[in-house]
Amino acid sequence: MTEQLKEDPPFGRVVVITSGKGGVGKTTSAAAISAGLAKMGYKTVVIDFDVGLRNLDMTMGCERRVVFDFINVIQGDARLKQALIRDKRLENLSILPTSQTRDKDALTKEGVETVLNELKQEFDYIICDSPAGIERGAQLAMYFADEAVVVTNPEVSSVRDSDRVLGLLSSQTRRAETEGSEPVKAQVLLTRHDRTRIENGEMMTVEDVLEILAVPLLGIIPESQAVLRASNIGTPVILDEPSAASRSYEDAVARLTGQEVEMRIAGERRPGIFHRLFGRSA
Amino acid sequence: MNLFGLNLGSRRAKSAQTAKDRLQILLAHERSRGSGTPDYLPDLQRDIVQAVRKYVDIEIEDVDVRMDRSRDISSLEINVEIPADKKPGSDSKT
Repeated sequence: MTEQLKEDPPFGRVVVITSGKGGVGKTTSAAAISAGLAKMGYKTVVIDFDVGLRNLDMTMGCERRVVFDFINVIQGDARLKQALIRDKRLENLSILPTSQTRDKDALTKEGVETVLNELKQEFDYIICDSPAGIERGAQLAMYFADEAVVVTNPEVSSVRDSDRVLGLLSSQTRRAETEGSEPVKAQVLLTRHDRTRIENGEMMTVEDVLEILAVPLLGIIPESQAVLRASNIGTPVILDEPSAASRSYEDAVARLTGQEVEMRIAGERRPGIFHRLFGRSA
Repeated sequence: MNLFGLNLGSRRAKSAQTAKDRLQILLAHERSRGSGTPDYLPDLQRDIVQAVRKYVDIEIEDVDVRMDRSRDISSLEINVEIPADKKPGSDSKT
């Protein structure tokens, strides 16, 4: 892993992790990507935009330390500095949790912009963990983005929703609305990739999905037992013990920072009958 | 060790237990208040600032409120930073 100790000024790059469909791995990916960036030496903050259904805090393992949240900051009840939770594992990583009590109407475009602008003064990467759906929370999570990671499963409804979200990224964002500005750089992160099922012809291949969505591929994350384990213990996959999923996330993060990393389809083949009988500690 | 599909003393069972413990602690707090974060914290912070300001000139960001929730008790830690040049009686020597 390349250690890149950065000097200021910070990049202030806003990256939204979005998908449309729920349950595809947005929060898992937001946690893994932000931890991966911090591990590489970038000052990173990850923001939970899913107002009312806070979950990023659990995935990051800081749920017991939440005092103030994103909404408190937007409404002026707390300063940003007071709401940011420093990760205990990586000093470069901070978490901005969302509110569990308010609803999505508590988010305002101006409020979000103010918070993002303040974060840009300090952080290289600002990762916005979007809620599912395409309503207010999701719209605001993507509105100010410079880049988007569209988390997609090789499954029909997920691909369809990703297509819809890609449409919104190219029309309903500040970059789309500002004449002369580069469009949001969108890339697909294919998650829950199952080699065995693809080989059996039961699941669409990476090529199938990319052909339909027609955007670049950021990475392929295999279906992996490591993901559940990491969420159980409140650790981003990348910071837990090495697994096919953690290696794939590390590759994806390196690509996000502009490195060229060869695309490999990491395989956790599902254990066949032989393995199940004779043991394979995963 | 994995034998015949049974996880004997496996790590995964441990992580599932961790998941359950974390959820139980968190949900116990959320159910009792309807939320993980007590709603009174912003008001509490404001009151503390007002009380301290009667004696020392501090700003809202000088107050740091931390919370840690565990199974039996939760702790609320409040740190008020008093800038060196604002101590009462220190007639601006800087």
